[in-house]
Amino acid sequence: MSSIFNLPDVGEGLTEAEILSWKVGPGSPVQINDVLVEIETAKSVVELPSPFAGTVEKIIAEEGVTVEVGAPLVSVTVTASADGSESEPEADTTGPASGPELPADDVDSTTTVAEKEADSLAAQAAPAAGDVDQAAVPDNASASEGSDAQTAALVGSGPKADPVKRRARKRRSSGGAASGRSEESVHAADGATQPSEKLLTQILNRAPLQGGTFGSGIAERARKLAEEGRGALKRFPGRAADQPMAQAEAHRTVGSEPPRRPALAKPPVRKAAKDLGIDLADVPATGSNGQVTQRDLVNYAAHAQDVESHKPSNFWVEQGSQEDRIERVPVKGVRKATAKAMVKSAFEAPHVSIFVDVDATRTMEFVKRLKSSPTFEGVKVTPLLILAKAVIWATARNPQVNSQWTDSEILIKRFINLGIAAATPRGLMVPNIKDAQDLSLRELAVALNALTKTAREGKTQPGDMSGGTLTITNIGALGIDTGTPIINPGEAAILAFGTIKQKPWVVDGEVIPRWVTTLGGSFDHRIVDGDLSARFVADVASVLEEPALLLDM
Amino acid sequence: METAETPHPGATEGRLNRVTILDENGHRGSDPDFDPYIEHVTLDDLKSSYATMLTVRRFDDEATSLQRQGKLALWVPSKGQEAAQVGSARAIPKNDYIFPSYREHALAYERGVDLRDMMRVFRGYAPGGWDPREHRFNLYSFVLASQIPHAVGYAMGQKLDRQLGIGQEEHSDDAEAGGSEATVVYFGDGASTEGEAHESMVFAASYDAPVLFFVQNNKWAISVPFSTQSRLPLAERAAGYGFEGIRVDGNDLLGVQAVTAYAMDKIHRGEGPVLIEAETYRLGAHTTADDPTKYRTRDEEDEWTTKDPLVRLEKHLRLEGVGDDFFEEANQRAKEYGAEIREAVLAMEAPTLDGVFDHVYAEENSLVEEERAWFHEYEAGFEDAETQEGGR
Repeated sequence: MSSIFNLPDVGEGLTEAEILSWKVGPGSPVQINDVLVEIETAKSVVELPSPFAGTVEKIIAEEGVTVEVGAPLVSVTVTASADGSESEPEADTTGPASGPELPADDVDSTTTVAEKEADSLAAQAAPAAGDVDQAAVPDNASASEGSDAQTAALVGSGPKADPVKRRARKRRSSGGAASGRSEESVHAADGATQPSEKLLTQILNRAPLQGGTFGSGIAERARKLAEEGRGALKRFPGRAADQPMAQAEAHRTVGSEPPRRPALAKPPVRKAAKDLGIDLADVPATGSNGQVTQRDLVNYAAHAQDVESHKPSNFWVEQGSQEDRIERVPVKGVRKATAKAMVKSAFEAPHVSIFVDVDATRTMEFVKRLKSSPTFEGVKVTPLLILAKAVIWATARNPQVNSQWTDSEILIKRFINLGIAAATPRGLMVPNIKDAQDLSLRELAVALNALTKTAREGKTQPGDMSGGTLTITNIGALGIDTGTPIINPGEAAILAFGTIKQKPWVVDGEVIPRWVTTLGGSFDHRIVDGDLSARFVADVASVLEEPALLLDM
Repeated sequence: METAETPHPGATEGRLNRVTILDENGHRGSDPDFDPYIEHVTLDDLKSSYATMLTVRRFDDEATSLQRQGKLALWVPSKGQEAAQVGSARAIPKNDYIFPSYREHALAYERGVDLRDMMRVFRGYAPGGWDPREHRFNLYSFVLASQIPHAVGYAMGQKLDRQLGIGQEEHSDDAEAGGSEATVVYFGDGASTEGEAHESMVFAASYDAPVLFFVQNNKWAISVPFSTQSRLPLAERAAGYGFEGIRVDGNDLLGVQAVTAYAMDKIHRGEGPVLIEAETYRLGAHTTADDPTKYRTRDEEDEWTTKDPLVRLEKHLRLEGVGDDFFEEANQRAKEYGAEIREAVLAMEAPTLDGVFDHVYAEENSLVEEERAWFHEYEAGFEDAETQEGGR
């Protein structure tokens, strides 16, 4: 007998989880409460223990997939437990509820049907996303009463969305109430979900009232829509009954190429898209009225970034339809978090960016001297160390850059948790060095090394990433001169440290080669005005030019 | 990352010493003040305490698994706090009334609550689960700190009863309690910072309420470390209200039992209230909807794992010559208990909505009956009413 384990709601009102790793595979024997799989929800990473004893038959939800609560994860062939007792009560109830009673002795056919059932359940997993009825309504029958495994688990114990469909009422003989409603109110209530034919009829019927040219325009437009089918109509769900707009739309597009979908979006989304250099028309829209939502933009931005980062070798696919040649990378984990943080910051904090070229020759000399100094033996010394120290020094002189905006107050931090943006195997992380102001140059070097090492190994703890007050992004390590970084949410400034290379530089009227770098910084203009940001960056630059200024500390 | 016990640089020195009787290696020390209160505890008593702690630990693990399998809506693990609960439960006279928070599973077990009934609460099938008067153990209180004023009010009532001579004959043969009745309220370090906790202590002191405030300081109020909740041990706060505060190692069964017996004795003599702070550690998550790795380090968890109260008591029992066969048998029993719990949960039947109307009034009420009839008619009006009927 085969049983399916469906994803339970392991938190309070969670709707989905990502499969991180399976601890078992097909054929693995499992006991009750053996760990089957590790999943990540919006709240936590948890291990799911097996509700069955038996042999794993089939993994239905693969690693890396995000599945809805209630969707099947794995099927297990349930056997009698070792001491010969009966198998779990719920195991016996799974089959009958979802199909005709199977003969118990016909083991082969049982397995086959169970497999098919598992397959079809897996196939349902995606559409089940929209099927709120199935996923969110708690079971109506208890396990003992022969419900199938799909409903036996408690799901959606927390707040949940209203079901999409209303439970149908029995027809009453007195049907007066419905006919009493005006046609107008019918439109208002059902506009988005009505069958297309009905909507078309409404549009066609109304057209003559509006007069000749426009009317015929609508007729043509409507016919076109009819040809394109229901899907095309859905593009204007809220608009279909909205006469003037439909007219204008129809008028404009009659006889031309199929119209490019107008990108509906709220102003903040438009602004963010513009900032990110994204054409909203390219972004798949999921809003209730066909508008691009903030989440759509975040997902698209994250996706676009992933696609761009691919290596060029063997990248192009020359054959096949356009659809086949599109690689789809699910947005999840760090990527998702980064996108969210960046859009939040880009949305909320008006960024102002400034740049300065700096002669860092003395910094390079200083680094060289430190490397050979006995105090720094065994410690990695890089120009980033001097920059970090310079930032701490400059922050003390311009404290407002080390602050946070809340709508009622500016929180000026009288300590610095210095964030270092690091590319890690798990994606971009910004761990920070706590109370960096208390560290000596050597301690700071040790802390920097420890931080980057931990980050590269992908072992950064969440606590290491929280509470940052100011961030440095070392884009120079990637050979880039400068950029306009986006501020880490909750902070007011981020400094970009460009690559250091020899360049012609004018000293006392003569062009000579010097080690030159570019400092760039973005500041939250709600807190930091131009003069302050300029003074801060100039202070940092002055230390890179003359590290001896650090003696001032 | 901040740990639970990072001291505040501005904190003042506390004056209370922490009472420990069984040290971490299971050696029994002595404490002249509290030893008399555990003189009567035999090796068999300790074995029985151990068996209870192990059973509840197993029960707790099973419940956590059941939640992960979608059979419970939520679970609140008690792992790590068994000594604080069993130790205190065994020192509280049976007539005294207990107001728990929501993590006192071992206490419930000691009070004779059928933990299968508790499972119904966490499956969302029952609002209460047990008869509080039968076990003199109130229902779980899920609203933080709300049980503290309830308990103090109850204790004030107990005192009035005593003054009026009500209920005296009931307990007159109860020598242990001296013919009186008292209240114990359990809460955590998180609830200790709620306003109700403060108000309750003020009232308890003003009205000489016979109440024991038993704080299980498990170091974390969800994700807030104890160092943020208080700069001083919570027991120190009692002095501010003018009654006695006692700090005890909450993972030391004998220590907890001794100080609780001392406190109950004092309260029954009319010299209460008393506050006991049992310093323990929540080894598991706050609830199954919580991920402690997000706010505390693995190192801290590992450190407290070595201080597990079950391990400590086992060490002591082994030092006292208790052999493998006892532990094996206790393990087997606990395992069977876990299986029974699982079986009971899987066999649970969903309550009917009709049942809601049964408990509005103790006696039949015409208005409620009218509403019940309306509801039945409404439910029958759905097209799929017949198919839904079975499950409801």
